[in-house]
Amino acid sequence: MTIFRECSNDGRDRSAEDRRRHRELIEDSIKKNLGNIIAEESIIGKSKDKKIKIPIKGIKEYQFIYGKSKPGIGVGNGEEKRGDKFSGEEQSNSGKDKAGNQEGEEIYETEITIEEVVRYLFDDLELPDIDKKQLSQLEEKSYRKLGYQNRGIPPKLAKKRSVVEKIKRKQSFKRAIAEKSQAQPEDISSDNENRRFPFVEEDLRYYRIKEENKRDYNAVVLCIMDVSGSMDQTKKYLARSFYFLLYQFLQLKYSNVDVVFIAHTTTAKEVNEKEFFHRGESGGTYISSGYEKALEIISQRYSPANWNVYAFHCSDGDNWSEDNKKAIESAKRLCEVCNLFGYGEIVPGYYSIGSTIKTELLGKIDNRNFAAININKKEDVLPALKKLLDKVSDKDVEQEG
Amino acid sequence: MADFSILELEYWNERIEGLARNCGLDYYNQEFEIINYEDMIGYESYIGMPSHYPHWSYGKSYERIKTLHKYNLTGLPYEMVINSDPCIAYLMKDNSLLVQVLTIAHVYAHNDFFKNNRLFKLGTKAEYAIEMFKNHANRIREYISDPSIGYARVEKILNAAHAVKLQTERVAEFQSGSEKKEEPKFAIKENKKEFPNLERYSGSPAGSIDKELQEDLFLSEPQEDILKFIAENGCLQDWEKDILSIVREEAQYFIPQIETKIMNEGWASFWHYNILNKLELPQNMHLEFLRRHNEVIRPLKSSINPYYIGFKMFEDLYNKFGSEKIFEVRNTERDQSFIRRYLTQELCTEMNLFEYVTAGNDYMVSEVSDEEGWKVIRETLCNTVGIGSIPTIVVSDWNKKDNTLMLKHEFDGRELELGYAYETLKHIVDLWNGKTLLTTQLEGKQKSINCDEAKRISLYG
Repeated sequence: MTIFRECSNDGRDRSAEDRRRHRELIEDSIKKNLGNIIAEESIIGKSKDKKIKIPIKGIKEYQFIYGKSKPGIGVGNGEEKRGDKFSGEEQSNSGKDKAGNQEGEEIYETEITIEEVVRYLFDDLELPDIDKKQLSQLEEKSYRKLGYQNRGIPPKLAKKRSVVEKIKRKQSFKRAIAEKSQAQPEDISSDNENRRFPFVEEDLRYYRIKEENKRDYNAVVLCIMDVSGSMDQTKKYLARSFYFLLYQFLQLKYSNVDVVFIAHTTTAKEVNEKEFFHRGESGGTYISSGYEKALEIISQRYSPANWNVYAFHCSDGDNWSEDNKKAIESAKRLCEVCNLFGYGEIVPGYYSIGSTIKTELLGKIDNRNFAAININKKEDVLPALKKLLDKVSDKDVEQEG
Repeated sequence: MADFSILELEYWNERIEGLARNCGLDYYNQEFEIINYEDMIGYESYIGMPSHYPHWSYGKSYERIKTLHKYNLTGLPYEMVINSDPCIAYLMKDNSLLVQVLTIAHVYAHNDFFKNNRLFKLGTKAEYAIEMFKNHANRIREYISDPSIGYARVEKILNAAHAVKLQTERVAEFQSGSEKKEEPKFAIKENKKEFPNLERYSGSPAGSIDKELQEDLFLSEPQEDILKFIAENGCLQDWEKDILSIVREEAQYFIPQIETKIMNEGWASFWHYNILNKLELPQNMHLEFLRRHNEVIRPLKSSINPYYIGFKMFEDLYNKFGSEKIFEVRNTERDQSFIRRYLTQELCTEMNLFEYVTAGNDYMVSEVSDEEGWKVIRETLCNTVGIGSIPTIVVSDWNKKDNTLMLKHEFDGRELELGYAYETLKHIVDLWNGKTLLTTQLEGKQKSINCDEAKRISLYG
C-alpha cells in the first residue's frame, strides 16, 4: 500500500550544527591564508564594509584517489578526433556524484568584508590598546540622538516622528467616528474626511540627546618606503602587506585615518598608492630624505596637536653611509612628533643580523616610541606588526634583531 | 503553494502503480513524503536519511548542494529514494504535478532495483536500513556527550574513518560474512575473472601479487578492509572501534549504490519514460514530460551522465532482446559488468563517447568510438565506474617489530594523487597509532610513502 505523507520539519534545521562546525573549519582555513589575502588588496580607498572575494580552499575530505593522469570518458558531439585538445574548464564535473568520491580542487569563493578579515587577524593577536594617553588628550564632546521624548526645545523637534503621532491620532479619531456612525447612521457627514486636522501639542516629539565624551578621531599614517633599485618586487610586496595591516589596525582605532605615501631614493616625494608600490626607481639611497619629507608634511598638514601621527619606514637597510648621521637626526625629530615611529627592515629569504642603519637607529635613538623590526618573509608580517604595537612602550623591542 | 493535491497524486499513483506492476516491476511498499525545498536540501546532505550521525562533512555537503541549486547548476527534478523496506522517497512540494508524476514512476523503478539487484540483495538489509542509521546516530551522539570522550575526539576518529571508508571488501557479500570462508578476493583478481582484457591496466603480471606475500610475514593474505583490520588489530578503545564499525556498515550499505549508479538511474529513466508514455497524459503534461525527460537524460558535455548512458543501454537491450532480458540484467549485473557486456560499438558511436587523457592543464582526446577505438573506450569506462574509480589499497602486512602498518596500492596503471595519499595516510596514522607505509608505483617505479607517528611524510623508492 503506497502512502503519501505531507511532512514538514517546520524550520527544524538539523544540519545547523554541522554547518556551524564546517564554517568554523573554513574560518580557521581563512585565518591561515590571510597572509596571501591581504597582499592582494589595495590598501586605501576601501571602506571596511567593502566585500572582497577571496578564494578558500574547501575543507577537503581526503581519500585515496587517482591522480590526473588516468584516462576518462567523455560524451562529445561526434566531431572529436584523436589528438584534439580541449581545455580543462570544459571538463566540468557532472555534479551528480553523491558517492562522495569527488576529486580535484574545491575552491569556494567566499565574500568577506575587509573588516571581517581584519577582525580575524587581530582577534588572535590580542593587540594592545595603543597609546591611551594620547587618545584621551584629544577628547571632545559629542551628541548623539537617542530616542524621543515628549518635551523639548524647538531645535530638537523630531518632525517625522511628530507627523507619525499626528497620523496615529487622526486614524483613531476616524475609527471612533466610524464606530459612532454605525451606531447612529444619520450622523455620517461626508466632510469628515476633508476636515483640517492640525497638529496639537501632544503630537510633538523631541529628540532625546545623549552627551558623550568623544575620543580623538584623526590619525595619519606616513608610509615611507625606500624605492631605490635594491627594493625589488618581493620586498615591496612585504612592505605592502605590512602597511595594509597597519592601516587596518589604525582604522579600527580611529574613525578617520589618512594615509600619506612617501617614496624616496636619494630624494623623497609624496606619491599616490599605485606609484608607491609599483614604480621602481633606480639609484642610491638617502634615508634622511624620506624622513625630512615626512617632517615637512607633518608640519604642513598634520599638526601633532590634533593628529595622531604614525610614521613607518620600510627599507632594505641599504643606505649610503654618508647619510647615516643625518638620517639618525631626522629620525629623532620624527620620534618627537609621532605617536609611534617604526623602522621595518625587509630582507627576504635569509636571516640577517641587521644593517648598519638599523644598528645605528637602535643604538642612538632612545625615544620610547621608536621601534625597529625585521621582516624576512610573508609570515613575519603579522608578528612584526604585533611586536611593534605590543612593545612600543617597552624598551625590549629594541633588543630584537 | 503546491499545484497539486494529495488526491491528485493518489490518482496518478494508482495508475502508475498499475502500469508498473503490469510491466513486471517488483518493489517494496512505497512511501512518499512531500517536503519543501529546504528540507529536501537537508535530506540530500544527509544522504537521504531521516536520522544520521552528525559530522561537519554533512554541513559542507549542505552548503555545496545549496550553492549548486542557487546557481541552477543542477536543473534536474528533485528526487531522492532510500534503499529501505518500506522504500521511502521524497517529493518536493514546489515541483509541478508532471514532475511529481514523473518522479513517482522513476521511484518505483529504483525501488524495484533495490529489491532485486544482486548487490543490494546480498549487501544490504533494506528492512533494517532506517533503524540502522538511527542507531548509528544515537551511538555517535552518546560518545559526543560522554564527558570522557567528547566532540573533538569523536570528530577526529570520524574524519579518519571517513578517509578510508571505501577501502573495504569489494565484493558485496558481508551478510554471509565470516562463516563462509571464501577465497580472498582482490579487486584485480575478481575483475580478471570477469574482464579478461584488464591487462591494459595492470602493470604487473598477475602472479607477482601472490609471490610477494609468501615471505615470513604476519599476514598470509592481504586484507582489503582497512577499517576492519585496524579495529581488530590496532590499539583502539572500544568506543573508537565502535565508530569504525559504524562507518564501515554505512559504507557497505552505500557500496551497491556506487556500484550500480549507471544501471540504477538508467533503469529508473527507462521505466519512467515507458510508463509515462502509457499514462495518456493530457497534452500540456505530455509536452512537459518530454521536455523534463530530455533534461534528465541530457548528455553532459565531456562527462558522463549516468541517466543518459544507462537509459540508452537499457533501451537498446529492450529493443534487441525484449523485456525478459532487461529484468535478468537488472538482477545480476553491476555497472562494470553491465558496460563490459552490453555496451556495443553502435551505442558508443551513437553517444559519441571518447576517451581523453590529461595534457598539461588541458585534455586530449585519445580514443574515439570507431572500429579500433570503441573497445578501449568500453574498457576505460568499465574501470572508471563504481568502485573501479577508487584505488585498491590493501593491508599487506603488519610489521610487529616497530608496529608498522604496511599498505599496498594494487597498481593497475593509474597513479595515486599524492597530495591526497599523504593526507589519507595521516588519517590512518591517527587510527593505527603507529607508522604507516604505503607502496605504490609512480612513473613506472616502485615507491614507498612513509608516514611516521608524528605524521611526517617521506617518499622514497
